[in-house]
Amino acid sequence: MLNIGGLNEGIVLDHIHAGGAMEIYNYLNLEKLDCSVAIIKNAKSNKMGRKDIIKIDQLIDIDFNMLAVLEPNMTINYIKNGERVEKKQLALPEKIYGIIKCKNPRCITSIEQELPHRFKLTNREKAIYRCEYCEQSFKNKK
Amino acid sequence: MRHLISPEDLSFEELNTLLDLANDIAHDPKKYSNCCHGKKIATLFYEPSTRTRLSFEAAMLNMGGSVLGFSSADSSSASKGESVADTIRVVSCYADICAMRHPKEGAPYVASINSRIPVINAGDGGHNHPTQTLTDLLTIKSLHGSLENITIGCCGDLKFGRTVHSLIHAMVQFPNVKFVFIAPDELKIPTYLKEEVLDPHGIEYKEVKSLEDVMPELDVLYMTRVQKERFFNEEDYIRLKDSYILDTEKMKLAKEDMLVLHPLPRVNEISVEVDNDPRAAYFKQVQFGVYARMALIMTLLGVEKPE
Repeated sequence: MLNIGGLNEGIVLDHIHAGGAMEIYNYLNLEKLDCSVAIIKNAKSNKMGRKDIIKIDQLIDIDFNMLAVLEPNMTINYIKNGERVEKKQLALPEKIYGIIKCKNPRCITSIEQELPHRFKLTNREKAIYRCEYCEQSFKNKK
Repeated sequence: MRHLISPEDLSFEELNTLLDLANDIAHDPKKYSNCCHGKKIATLFYEPSTRTRLSFEAAMLNMGGSVLGFSSADSSSASKGESVADTIRVVSCYADICAMRHPKEGAPYVASINSRIPVINAGDGGHNHPTQTLTDLLTIKSLHGSLENITIGCCGDLKFGRTVHSLIHAMVQFPNVKFVFIAPDELKIPTYLKEEVLDPHGIEYKEVKSLEDVMPELDVLYMTRVQKERFFNEEDYIRLKDSYILDTEKMKLAKEDMLVLHPLPRVNEISVEVDNDPRAAYFKQVQFGVYARMALIMTLLGVEKPE
């Protein structure tokens, strides 16, 4: 397996579905960070078969819960002094702004580009989000 | 500021109060002939819907108010690229209340969050049409006598028919309501309505393909149009279209006091011979639509009931 050095202080985003890391990288604008960021694609996983991992060589303050709709299984691991000090599962937020887009061609957002894409959680058990404008449910392709 | 964007914007108590007011209007429309004097409704119709627009305008005129507006996007600033938010900010300066019809779903909601006047959704794409729901409820309440202990049959296009979806949303609040869904496999009621609306309210329902079999059970038959464009192939459409046509033969199987409702326009799903049957309520429904809109305009404007 490809060897990437461990973090001394930073964040590991683990259990991203295989192929999903770049999407997360882009949503979090990680290209703007000055620190090292490693993207590991198609790593072996007992639970998932294959998975992606992102390692960020710095502690950053971001609400990762917004990504729950894209990566419900993703875990956030906080590393300090080379040790994992905290592991978090994502919690589904009540509202999501600007992460996902409404795909309904009949939605008002399809013709008014400046409208922010807003979704509300309508079924926590099944993780169903609906567009605030047209109420179309967001279908996660994973 | 109160708006009516989706039927769920009204609480159960508010809905009942509004229906009571509409019922009072239906019994004595003259009493309300001047209660909105000096008030203006803007009918912002981004797509033509003559019937709904005239119903709103008649409602306001019946109460002594005035109307202004446009009846297609071509004759509005939308054709110049103006956003819904900007349009409503401008219209807020001209009128006291507005009714908006828009082909895009969620447009009236966008208007409501940018408006200084109450916004009524007069239909947004295939999404919501809350005043049609109020009309349906008022028709059933007035002609059947109650919205409780009732079996409603919904027939035709139950997959895309927004009027049926809204009616289900509204009726599940009333005690002991049962539904019978009559549709071909291609046009069955969406699963999410069963899982998110019917089941959580413990509503009894069944899905059948034959209208004849269930006719005797129904208190209300809500007919909708089976549209050709909903089918993947013409063969299926031709096979199914006639099974959902209501005619005098099928009416013979129904209860003596069953009501037939239809959101109109009707094409051929109710044969014209049924029009003379006293149980055909779809043209009375149009009249109740005006009363329901009168009650809604009064409620959103905060107009007191005249003595």
